[in-house]
Amino acid sequence: MAIFSLWVINKAGGLVYQRNFADGLASLTSNEYLVLAGTLHGIHAITSRLSPMGPSSGVQVIEGESFKMNILLTVTGTKFVLLTSLAEPTADSVLQKVYSIYADAVMKNPFHTPEMPIRIEGFDTRIGALIGTGQT
Amino acid sequence: MAYAQPHPRLSVVSNSSHSSIDHLSPTTSSTRFSLPAVPTPQAVAKPAANRPNIYDRPLNKTRNAEVSASAFAFLFSEIVQYTQKRVSGINDLERQLNTLGYRIGTRVLELMVWRSEGSSKTPKRELKLLSVLMLIHTQVWKAVFGKAADAIEQSVENADEYMIIDNDPAIERHISVPKDMSQLSCSSFTAGIVEAVLDGLTFPARVTAHNTPITQFPNRTTILIKLEKSVLEREELLKK
Repeated sequence: MAIFSLWVINKAGGLVYQRNFADGLASLTSNEYLVLAGTLHGIHAITSRLSPMGPSSGVQVIEGESFKMNILLTVTGTKFVLLTSLAEPTADSVLQKVYSIYADAVMKNPFHTPEMPIRIEGFDTRIGALIGTGQT
Repeated sequence: MAYAQPHPRLSVVSNSSHSSIDHLSPTTSSTRFSLPAVPTPQAVAKPAANRPNIYDRPLNKTRNAEVSASAFAFLFSEIVQYTQKRVSGINDLERQLNTLGYRIGTRVLELMVWRSEGSSKTPKRELKLLSVLMLIHTQVWKAVFGKAADAIEQSVENADEYMIIDNDPAIERHISVPKDMSQLSCSSFTAGIVEAVLDGLTFPARVTAHNTPITQFPNRTTILIKLEKSVLEREELLKK
């Protein structure tokens, strides 16, 4: 029961925010995170076209042996990715709350440039208050 | 659904009547017009074109009306971005925001006075500095932000300086100022409103906004009012 990490990927596939909360996943360099985010963006684009039933939202959960990756795609194309333990029941609701914090603290902030890395104190504080140390 | 979009100024009620008719109609939208003429809420409601002019509407009807804080936050964010592109430096930006607030303040004062004194048989005007400051602290803040400001103080060092303190200014709630601009206070906009109200009541002053964070309220803001000499001199005369 833990939340390991949060990524925010912009609509072009660039990683604009990455923050670790709990230990449990290998820590990577920022360059490696960027590559992973770009790859995930590609995978997401493929999965959203695979559905036989017309347009699809694309992949939502990827499960590994020790973690799962929860993906929330917004209508504007921004993706929120939450890396959690397998048994984390709150992942979906946390993602929704992250989205609402993003809408408040990032989009309503005049000093943020859309699609650029998020360096906003208010966003950090509120995400910290929401997820804390990653233990739920 | 092929019918034209309802006029945006139609009320929510009339929108819902559209959908209920759609629900009843077995085929496409054209049947909607062959339905028997049942008085629907849309038919009862006045057509949008006949709504009274905004200047003819009763002032007190909208006294407690509120606008969406979200919509305002987006608008204000755009205002700051727009202004930032057209100024050089933080002082200039604050001055511009102050000017924009001033334009709001003149209207706030006019509307507030009309609302409170317009129907009164014995309209009065504030003459004393302290009651004017209290009016700003309570009435103006309530009219603009929906709640009174948190404190009002007089400067210890300068007799001509007063401070209005807001622990969590509504217009800055979603704004994080980057470190390299830490001087900037977007509440300069509020300062402009206050300056206009003071000017309108003939208490000319220079009003500025400053960040004064404390641990409990990281967004705490002080609106500093520096009154002109003439105001204090007049106060002395009135006391006699």
